[in-house]
Amino acid sequence: MKLIPGEFHPFESAGRQFLYLVPSVAVFAVDETASAVLNELSRGPKERGEILSALYRRFAPSDVAGTIDELWRIRALRQSGMPPPPTPKQMPPDGFPLTTLVLNITNQCNLSCAYCYEYGDDKIVDTENGKQPKFMSAETARESVDFLLRQGEHNRAVHLAFFGGETLLNFPVVQSTIEYGRQRAADCGKTIDFSLTTNATLLRPEIIEFLAENQVGVTISIDGPKETQDQFRVFKSGVGSYDIVAPKVKELLKRHKSRPIGARVTLTAQTLDIVRTFRHLRDEIGFWEVGFAPVTTSTAREYAIENDGYNRMLAQFEQLAPEYRDAAIANQHHGFSNVKDTVEELHKGMSKAYPCGAGLGLMGVATDGDIALCHRFSGSPEHKLGNVRSGVDPLVQIGFLEKHHVDHKTDCSVCWARPLCAGGCYHEAHTRYGDTAHANLHYCDWIRNWTDICLRVYGESAERNPSYFQQLEPRTDNETSYAHQL
Amino acid sequence: MKHLTPINCKAVRIQQTLERTQGEVIALQQPPPQHTPHFPLGCTLVFSPGWEADSNGGTAGLCQPVERDLFDCHTGCFWPAQVPDQLNHASDWTSKCASAQKDWRNIDLVFP
Repeated sequence: MKLIPGEFHPFESAGRQFLYLVPSVAVFAVDETASAVLNELSRGPKERGEILSALYRRFAPSDVAGTIDELWRIRALRQSGMPPPPTPKQMPPDGFPLTTLVLNITNQCNLSCAYCYEYGDDKIVDTENGKQPKFMSAETARESVDFLLRQGEHNRAVHLAFFGGETLLNFPVVQSTIEYGRQRAADCGKTIDFSLTTNATLLRPEIIEFLAENQVGVTISIDGPKETQDQFRVFKSGVGSYDIVAPKVKELLKRHKSRPIGARVTLTAQTLDIVRTFRHLRDEIGFWEVGFAPVTTSTAREYAIENDGYNRMLAQFEQLAPEYRDAAIANQHHGFSNVKDTVEELHKGMSKAYPCGAGLGLMGVATDGDIALCHRFSGSPEHKLGNVRSGVDPLVQIGFLEKHHVDHKTDCSVCWARPLCAGGCYHEAHTRYGDTAHANLHYCDWIRNWTDICLRVYGESAERNPSYFQQLEPRTDNETSYAHQL
Repeated sequence: MKHLTPINCKAVRIQQTLERTQGEVIALQQPPPQHTPHFPLGCTLVFSPGWEADSNGGTAGLCQPVERDLFDCHTGCFWPAQVPDQLNHASDWTSKCASAQKDWRNIDLVFP
C-alpha cells in the first residue's frame, strides 16, 4: 500500500511545524520525525518500507513507524489511488433554533455613503419608492420579538440587533422594543440582549444614557480619521461626517462602559490605510475593538477593491496580526477583531457547512415584518423566508439550506480554507455574480492567505500561552459573539 | 501520541477518541476492563461487512454470498462446534465445494 499526504494545510510558526487538517479542522503541532515523513511523501507516493529506509540514517525505524501510524490515525496520510474518506453532507437538524434576529427598524439614512449596499449603486431593494414602509412600527417590532422567542424556543438566550438605515432615526421604537423584549423574555424564562449599529451622527446624551443603562451593545460604522471618514461617509449635502461623529463617539465611550463598543470599518480602494485607521480608532478615539470589511460591490465601481487592493489589505493585516499574537501571549487585549474572530474559530475547531448563520440561526426583518436571510436582504421578495406574523416557510428555508450547503460549491471542494470560509458572504456573491449560491471566487487567494496568517498567529500563541485560548472554549449556553456577522 | 501535539479543541477531541479506541483485544470470557472498549475475540460480535443483510435488509445484494458465512466460521476463526475440524480429522470436507456460492449443497455432514 502506497501512502500519500491527506488533506491538510501545513504552516510554520516560531520555528515549529503545524498541520491544519481538512475536513476535521484539527490543529496539530508535529515534531521533526513527522515533518520528515510528510516531506518524504510530498515527493510522491511511497510504501511504508520506502519511508523507513529513506529516513533510517536520521531517525530510528521504530520512531518513524510510530509516526506513520499516528499520522495515519489523524488522517494526515491516506492510501494512494483510493478516494479520500467520504464526508457525508450534514444538514442542520429540524427545528434548529433562531439565535439572532436583526431588525431593520428603518431603511432611511441621514448619510449618503456612496458605497452603501442599501442605497448605493448595488442596492437590492428600492427603499425610496418600494412597497416597504420607511420605518418599522412599534407593533411590527413587538411581533418580531414574539417571533424570535417562538423560533428560538430551545435557546436559553436570544439576541435582538437593531439595524438600518440609521437606527437612531427610529429611536422611540428601539426603546419600546427593548422594554417589551425584556418583559416577554422574562415571561418565557429566557435572557435576551440587544445590540445596535449606528453611524453615530444622531447620538445625544439621553440616547447614550439609555444605551448604557440598558446594556445595549453598540457598533459604530466609522471609516477612520477625518480624511478617510469624509471620503465616503458624507451627508446628503456632500459634507463629511467626521467632525460631527468624533465628539459624539468619544462621549459614548466615556459614558457607556457596560458593553465593549466596537468600530466597524468599510474598506474601499481609496481608503486602505488600515494600520493608521486602526491606531486612530483604538488609540485616539478609544474603541475597544476595530473590525474591517472590504466594501461589497460589483466590479465596475471605482471604489471596488481589486487584486492589488487585496494585496495591500493583506500586507497591512499582516502587520497588525503579530501585535495581536504578542498581546495574546502576554494575556492582554488587543482589539483587532478580524484576527480575534478567526483565531477564535480556529481554536474551537469550527467547520462550517454554511458561511454564516443567515437563514438558520440568524435572520433579518424588513420594516414591514418580512423575514429575509439576513439584514442585507431585508425587503427583497426574492430572498424572503416568511413573515414575523406567520413565521418562516419551512419549504423555502430547507430549499435555501439544501442549495447553499458548501458541498454543492464545487470550487470550494479542493480548497483547504473551506471549513472557515464555506464560499463566503451570500450578499457579496449576489452582488458580484447575481447568485447567492456562487462561491466568492474573487477573494479566494485573499481568504487563504488571511487564514494562513491567522493560523500562524494561533499556532504560536496557543503553544506559548494556552490559557489565553481556554477562555474562548465553547460554553454550554448560546454563543454571544454575533456582532461580526453584521 | 508521541510525535503530534494537539493544539486546538478539535485536535484534543481526536486524540481522546483515538486513545479510547485503542483498547487491547481480549477474549470473550474475560470481563471487559473498566473505561476502555471491549473487543471480543470471536465472530459473534465482529462481522465481516456485508454478509448479514444488504442495503434493503434482504440477502439478494450482499457483497459476499450468504454461504460465505460458513467459511468465515471455518477459516476466519476456528469454531469447531459449528464446522468440522479440518485440521485433525476432516481435512477434505470442503473438497467438493470449490465455490461456496455455487457448490454449497455438496457439503455434507461429517462423521468422525
